[in-house]
Amino acid sequence: MAKHAITLHINGQAHDVAVDSRELLIHTLREKLRLTGAHIGCETSHCGACTVDIDGVSVKSCTILAVQCDGAEVQTVEGLATPEGLHAVQEGFMQEHGLQCGFCTPGMLMRAYRFLQENPNPTEEEIRYGMAGNLCRCTGYNNIVKAVQYAARKLQDQAKGGQPA
Amino acid sequence: MIPGNFEYHAARGVDEALQLLARFGDEGKLLAGGHSLLPMMKLRFAEPAHLIDLNPIEELRGVREDGNDLLIGTMTTETALQQSDLVQRHCPVLQEVVALIADPQVRNRGTIGGDALHGDPGNDHPAVLMALDARFVIRGPNGERESPANGFYLGPYLTQLGDTELATAIRIPKCPPGQGYAYCKMKRKTGDYATAAACVLLTLADGKVQSARITLTNVGPTALRAEDAEELLVGQALDDGLIEQAAQAAMSVCEPAEDLRGSPDYKTHIAGEMTRRAIRLALQRARG
Repeated sequence: MAKHAITLHINGQAHDVAVDSRELLIHTLREKLRLTGAHIGCETSHCGACTVDIDGVSVKSCTILAVQCDGAEVQTVEGLATPEGLHAVQEGFMQEHGLQCGFCTPGMLMRAYRFLQENPNPTEEEIRYGMAGNLCRCTGYNNIVKAVQYAARKLQDQAKGGQPA
Repeated sequence: MIPGNFEYHAARGVDEALQLLARFGDEGKLLAGGHSLLPMMKLRFAEPAHLIDLNPIEELRGVREDGNDLLIGTMTTETALQQSDLVQRHCPVLQEVVALIADPQVRNRGTIGGDALHGDPGNDHPAVLMALDARFVIRGPNGERESPANGFYLGPYLTQLGDTELATAIRIPKCPPGQGYAYCKMKRKTGDYATAAACVLLTLADGKVQSARITLTNVGPTALRAEDAEELLVGQALDDGLIEQAAQAAMSVCEPAEDLRGSPDYKTHIAGEMTRRAIRLALQRARG
């Protein structure tokens, strides 16, 4: 079976990589490019631990072939923080105890990051619906909702030009 | 968990996809959003030697008006349907069902065509498309044809779509203003298939039902249309007794298989309750 030569633009950096037809994006990220932030949870597109952004859209990277992502802009949890500090969603999960074991957290962060761009000022119900593709077996979700609310407030403050918290 | 070996082909247009289908015969399989097919391939329930990816074909995406119909490209994602003003204006029941399918990430990849054409009796679109009198626009080696959603589904994963054919669009008559609609779905958790679900479309004239459609999801080998239940309602002013009779008639066409979602009796009971709720909600909306 022939390999496919593809280019992935991950967190702003181009990566040329040869992939098999059957290779899933999550395996390319973790095993070829050593970007192990996105996790493999259920492998059946239920749990969302493998969530990344493809061209500005949240997807589960266990259910997309790497070859389908040729030329795509991929954003992973490794790209969230900057030298200036954590992203607002990361800070929210830390401040509100939005994690216990942490396994689901990379997917939660990437989904929260994209969700808050789709809906910068969500209600609690909208957060629960918008985050429904990510499962957590520890927290009971209440603190995750609070973490997203924290991040929403901080991002709104930043957008108004306020001082970062 | 990864799929078995296969050869990947990105189709750049409908003609190329049809050529690839013709070349590979039953060894080839079309890839839409992949959120049913790829999990099946991981589990070796499906082992196509060649995957023909439709994602690069832009002409298969999007919603447009065609006279009194909406034409929805088969590769239009569920998320795009949720965001479509045309769908909201002319076919609101479609947005009601999409909101109950899977989760945001899956809706970003999953397509109406993939859901409707896979032939999985658990998928939600087939019942709704049957209620809407939708037609599939199908291209094949012998040109284009249309096939009504009613009668399209023959059994689990078995439809009227031929091995060398590709459905390019779904033609849906615009819903008349004032039509009541509802899709009521019982599921165990977010993202689950229906334990049972019911789609109801109603129009009223002088307080009486002028037309009715009642269809059911996941309580048989295919989506089901409850024609006896529909006929009970037409020409009548609805009351609790009539709604109960229609629910019983809908339950009588159910033949669900037992699985982790429950026994045949339980699922049939739920189908009846979803029918009652959907009739009441559709009636409320038809009255405005």
